[in-house]
Amino acid sequence: MSRASVRDRSRAFALVAPLILFLALFFVWPLWTMVTASVVDDAVTKVLPRTAAAMADWDGSDLPPPAVHGALAEDLRTVQDQQALGEAVRRLNSAVSGFRTLLTRTVTAAREASDPATLDLSTIDPRWSEPRFWRAIKEAVPPYTDRNLLAALDLRRDAGGSIVAEEPGAAANRIIMLRTFVIAGSVTLACAAIGLPYAMLAAAASGVMRALLLLAVLLPLWTSLLVRTAAWFILLQQEGLINRALAALGLIDAPLPLIFNRLGVIIAMTHVLLPFMVLPIYSVLIAVPRNLMPAAASLGAGPIRAFWRVLLPLAMPGLMSGCLLVFMVAIGYYITPALVGGANDQMISSVIAFYALGTANWGMAGALGLILLAVTLLLYLVYGRLSRSPQLPGA
Amino acid sequence: MLRALQIVFGSLVVAFLILPIIAILPLAFTSSVFLTYPIPSYSLRWFEELVTADVWRLSIINSLIVGGGATLLSTVLGTLAALGLRGNALPLAGLLRTLFLLPMVVPAVVLGVGMQIFLVRLGLASTYPGVIIAHAVLCVPFVVVSVSAALQGIDPAVEKAAMSLGAPPITVFRRVTLPLAVPGVVSGAVFAFATSLDEVVITLFVAGPNQRTLARQMFSSIRENISPTVAAAALLLIVGTLCLAALAALLRRREKPAVA
Repeated sequence: MSRASVRDRSRAFALVAPLILFLALFFVWPLWTMVTASVVDDAVTKVLPRTAAAMADWDGSDLPPPAVHGALAEDLRTVQDQQALGEAVRRLNSAVSGFRTLLTRTVTAAREASDPATLDLSTIDPRWSEPRFWRAIKEAVPPYTDRNLLAALDLRRDAGGSIVAEEPGAAANRIIMLRTFVIAGSVTLACAAIGLPYAMLAAAASGVMRALLLLAVLLPLWTSLLVRTAAWFILLQQEGLINRALAALGLIDAPLPLIFNRLGVIIAMTHVLLPFMVLPIYSVLIAVPRNLMPAAASLGAGPIRAFWRVLLPLAMPGLMSGCLLVFMVAIGYYITPALVGGANDQMISSVIAFYALGTANWGMAGALGLILLAVTLLLYLVYGRLSRSPQLPGA
Repeated sequence: MLRALQIVFGSLVVAFLILPIIAILPLAFTSSVFLTYPIPSYSLRWFEELVTADVWRLSIINSLIVGGGATLLSTVLGTLAALGLRGNALPLAGLLRTLFLLPMVVPAVVLGVGMQIFLVRLGLASTYPGVIIAHAVLCVPFVVVSVSAALQGIDPAVEKAAMSLGAPPITVFRRVTLPLAVPGVVSGAVFAFATSLDEVVITLFVAGPNQRTLARQMFSSIRENISPTVAAAALLLIVGTLCLAALAALLRRREKPAVA
């Protein structure tokens, strides 16, 4: 390597380094934090280290040996960090209710005891002679858990530790995921059905006509997503412009239910995502020589046959990347379903937002987020392979 | 027959794409409290509300603060990185380019959850620096793409000519490369500002009530009690982004001659 190229390289690195550092710190690290939040479960083990060690030999059946009682009393007696204790109590209470009063009473007793190592806790509170409380501690002691990830897929561990399906009543996540895919799939289909002929039209047009058709696609792309969603919210209302217009034309007697349902979500999302379908197809089609269709016709192919055998195969790469792009963006959508959809049209992002913002259950939010992130990155990988450039249109 | 079908289909799709955006604009000038047509009479009361009501006025100020901060941060970092990626002096340049684009790909809610947990731990949740940083992460891809495109359009022969005339590398950069890249930097900054202006989801996760941006305020207003103020705010955003887009388009046109 010549000296000049070493210098070039170090200068290039010095220029790129600030952004790498910035993104590592404020993009990669937060995502990693989210992933770890879904598997880390160290609230209990931080507060009860001795109990955790003493419990290692206990098989979880019946009651633990007296040494565990002593370890727990010692742990509770010496705990200093009240906030950490509160988190541990909350974690245990969410597994078996009653832990809050039980631990508060036990902490007081352990602090007053003269010899905590030999303390029999069931004399303080009879609940300590119930194995289920001890088992809850044992289950909460490992610093890592697959509980959230399993719950995100509607699975859980039974008393024996094997993975079983959640009861149908408590299982909602698979339905939400299926719904997310169904909505994203419907939007992709609608975009493809409108976008492919539209892109063909734009590619075949010339001059002002082509500019106009493209402007119609780019204008919404430049307009705020929130504005477009607000527009649909206003248009789709009971007394909105669409219902008024249909009634004025005498097509309907009563207003159609267009908002807070699946139809409204799909209409609004199709509008928002249509440019992502049109632009990739268009960019493939303008590269197609203009004399191909006449050539096919001169060889005796009708317009439909020429479309199927010539134009569609050539448009396929654009159509594929358009579909992938629309689907990929659609599965992560939050704003449009949140504003235009009803309770049964909320997608996975809404559930993640509910756990994170509504209940501060970052474990579940992280687990569902991890699933959404994995699916999105997988689709992006395929998209990058397919379109050779990782760039998204519109940027 | 086919021709007529094409015209009908084309006009229908154009209408579908454009009309919804146009249809809400007159509602900003309604005198009624309802967002419905026909408009009884025209007034500016909702624009007055926008600039006088505390929640709206503060949200506009917040949008400008956050948008300005995020634009500055992302434009500086993104421009430097685009300059570094130029000429492929770096190993793994393709991988870095992909990393720089990823904030555009990761679902906003996922990044929002991560940001929220992370910024709470740093003590930056519900602070201006926290919101600005979070927005800048989202803006960076637009700057990198825009500046890279401008740099790609610079004919290396121009720089070689400057060097052959005896200009040291730093002078070549300052007097030749940078002026030619400026339109790309400006249009990157415009995209960055527009992105920040429109951002709702991340803001929902990392901003407190004091950092409520215009987009965030519109989101909750649509959700809770929609009023024509939303249409007025939408008009403001549309006019704002269209001006910015026109500026970017103008600059892109001006940078064309540099493309060899």
